[in-house]
Amino acid sequence: MESINTFLDQDHSARRILKDKLVLAGIIALSLVTISPIILIISKLVVKGYRQISLDFLIKNTPDSYEAITAVANGEIIPGGIANGIVGTLLMVSVASALAIPIGVLTGIYLYENQGKFMANLTRSVSDILQGVPSIVLGLISYLWIVKHVTMGYSALAGSVSMSIMMLPMIVRSTEETLKMIPQTLKEAALALGVPYHKVLLRVMIPTGFSGLLTGILLGISRILGETAPLLLTALGSSIINLDMTKPTSAIPLLIWEFYNDPNMIDLIWSSSLLLMTMILILNIVSKQIIANRR
Amino acid sequence: MTNTIADIKNPILSIRDLSVAYDKNYAVKNVTLDIKKHAVTAIMGPSGCGKSTMLRALNRMHELYENITTEGQVLLNDVNIFDMPAIKLRRQMGMVFQRPNPFPTMSIYDNVIAGYNLNGIRVKKSQKDEIVERSLQDVALWGEVKDSLLKKGSFLSGGQQQRLCIARALAFNPEVILLDEPTSALDPVATAKIEDLLVKLKENYTIVMVTHNMGQAARISDYSLFLYMGELVEYGKTKNMFTNPKDPRTEQYLTGKFG
Amino acid sequence: MNSDKITKLVLFLVSILILMLTAGMVFSLVGGAIPAFKAFGLQFIYSGEWDPSRGRENYGALPFIVGTLLTSFAALIISFPLSFSTSLFLGEYYKGTRVARILGLLVDLLAGIPSIVYGLWGFYVLRPFLIDLGFGGQGFGIFTASLILAIMIIPYATSLSNEIISMVPNDLKEAAYSLGATRLEVITNVVVPNARSGIVAGYILAFGRALGETMAVTMLIGNTNIVPTGFFQTGNTMASVIANQFGEADGLKLSSLIAIALLLFVITGIVNALGKMIIKKFS
Repeated sequence: MESINTFLDQDHSARRILKDKLVLAGIIALSLVTISPIILIISKLVVKGYRQISLDFLIKNTPDSYEAITAVANGEIIPGGIANGIVGTLLMVSVASALAIPIGVLTGIYLYENQGKFMANLTRSVSDILQGVPSIVLGLISYLWIVKHVTMGYSALAGSVSMSIMMLPMIVRSTEETLKMIPQTLKEAALALGVPYHKVLLRVMIPTGFSGLLTGILLGISRILGETAPLLLTALGSSIINLDMTKPTSAIPLLIWEFYNDPNMIDLIWSSSLLLMTMILILNIVSKQIIANRR
Repeated sequence: MTNTIADIKNPILSIRDLSVAYDKNYAVKNVTLDIKKHAVTAIMGPSGCGKSTMLRALNRMHELYENITTEGQVLLNDVNIFDMPAIKLRRQMGMVFQRPNPFPTMSIYDNVIAGYNLNGIRVKKSQKDEIVERSLQDVALWGEVKDSLLKKGSFLSGGQQQRLCIARALAFNPEVILLDEPTSALDPVATAKIEDLLVKLKENYTIVMVTHNMGQAARISDYSLFLYMGELVEYGKTKNMFTNPKDPRTEQYLTGKFG
Repeated sequence: MNSDKITKLVLFLVSILILMLTAGMVFSLVGGAIPAFKAFGLQFIYSGEWDPSRGRENYGALPFIVGTLLTSFAALIISFPLSFSTSLFLGEYYKGTRVARILGLLVDLLAGIPSIVYGLWGFYVLRPFLIDLGFGGQGFGIFTASLILAIMIIPYATSLSNEIISMVPNDLKEAAYSLGATRLEVITNVVVPNARSGIVAGYILAFGRALGETMAVTMLIGNTNIVPTGFFQTGNTMASVIANQFGEADGLKLSSLIAIALLLFVITGIVNALGKMIIKKFS
């Protein structure tokens, strides 16, 4: 026993406590560094972008280079707005959602109903793989399918298709996860009343899990809202508002890219980014709120 | 007025006015008592009476949670435990939990020696071997695991795992071993083994255990204390308390009126 | 056929769609890549040549494969101290507190910032800052791209580790504390070993994320089509070369870009499958 007590005399308590505290201080410091970019980025967008935001910015099309140069030369803010981008984004996101939501929700239901079965496991794995595919690859796919063979040219539809493939796995996953959280007894109770299966799904399961589904959809939308790369290969861009799905169309991120590449328009990048960021933030906050309310 | 100190000479632990509160709600109120060296002391009481809270205050485990505060003193060999670093105190106060909790990522050997590794105490391999063997022998597990020391402990039965956890606490040669209902998750056979073990261990160690099982307290403890709503109702030799309880509440508890 | 059977059939057919979609993607990518592989064979993968001059076109994907792996690895290494500290902050030290909730919210927001906005910030804020620090040149290159990628993958690296770390059972931690361990010792000896595979999986998935990032990288990496030999050189990644060479591409060049997309698809697929496999094994 003596020998053990001599080990215990090796007392580094003070050193160990100091080390413990130093590491904690380091962790706090590094955690603060981690969140600094978000604060720096958002404040940069606000500071540089707010001056440009006005009603015109929301309802007018992008100016041409000449207008921009003149304004900059006179020390004025660049006239016009990004209405073509806003409308394009809304159009393409809506169509993408209309494509992805039904397919995603139904697939999610299928996965939930067939837990552990081979086809369901395969579908789930494939959906997971799809979620990891880089967006630029999805853009290229949509180019090969839609631009080359359906619309015979760059089009809003091609943009929507690439966006919808991006959203799809997120909706599948959130649908399945949401349904899994609904008590089994609820479904059984409805089935016991002799309600047909599809009505149980439509009247019981989906309404019960609605907030969960909605959260998944909103987060999916917030992800595609800022996507730029696939649109470069599909929707291409347009300087006017376009509502024809088969024609090239603009989007807010596409406009940011154009402004970035055009020295005359450079002032517009911050306000456009600010608007885009605000839309994404609102979607995020709304979905967080829905999750919070559900608890 | 009952004598809560119970006339113990040279106590190893002297608890003075110990109170423990969750936020502002007191779970243990003004407990004062002495604990005898090399004896088994059982803490009894109905569930929610503060038994575990009191036990966990003795090695300052409550400090892991911000909303728990303590008042009063606990002297370990005449030194106030609140005056030393908690990490130093805990080496002298081994703890065994309700559910067996061997470290799943470590081998049996590493589990026993975990205290040394965790504390960064340098020990020669041969001495480590010695400590592991002695500790496992102390809990009568050596014979069962000596050929699988480098395996993970997950294949052991619940009772064996709990004995491994006791060995882990013993490896430090602590002054006191605190056990929080150590058999509540075990079957009767494994429970009996642990009880035998504790009786044997008191030759070299002081044992303080929480139990919800009166039979267990009667079988193995030398001293018992009865807590009710956070207050110490009665404390004394187990034999006396079970045959002749002084407080009506103790009597009610022992006859199964509550709890 | 009764209505229940129809419902089940509809569900089945719709979910087949995802399989067909994915199979179709592979089919189209392979089909599109065939001319490039026919022209250059396997050399396409390990050739460092990217020469679009008419008549002697020669395309190899090596500069982009190297650029992609280099930037993604570097991003992973740079982001590790930040995201791992944040995971410990959220999942262990300040678990369940208000300050952790706010920090977690801010980290989540990092995931919401579009790639192009990261690119702008990198171009107008980070790059000048690096030049001021004396990194020389125009501030473009592998290193700058890796820095911005590191920030971009933080939320992905953090969220899984943080969740797994917070799930390490309390009784194991208490057992270690009862042996006199400090919090740091509990973390290194109990929390991290118990959460290890989940943490590894999280970083693999974050790496997969970095491989495919396009806009921010395109805006910062310098877009030179040569195999980078140093960390501070300019380069190009698989995703960024597709983005900035696509507009003018047809024929063999288009096929080569599709082949690069196919390779990127395969690499990210393998990386993600690996991550998911570890998660599945772990849970």
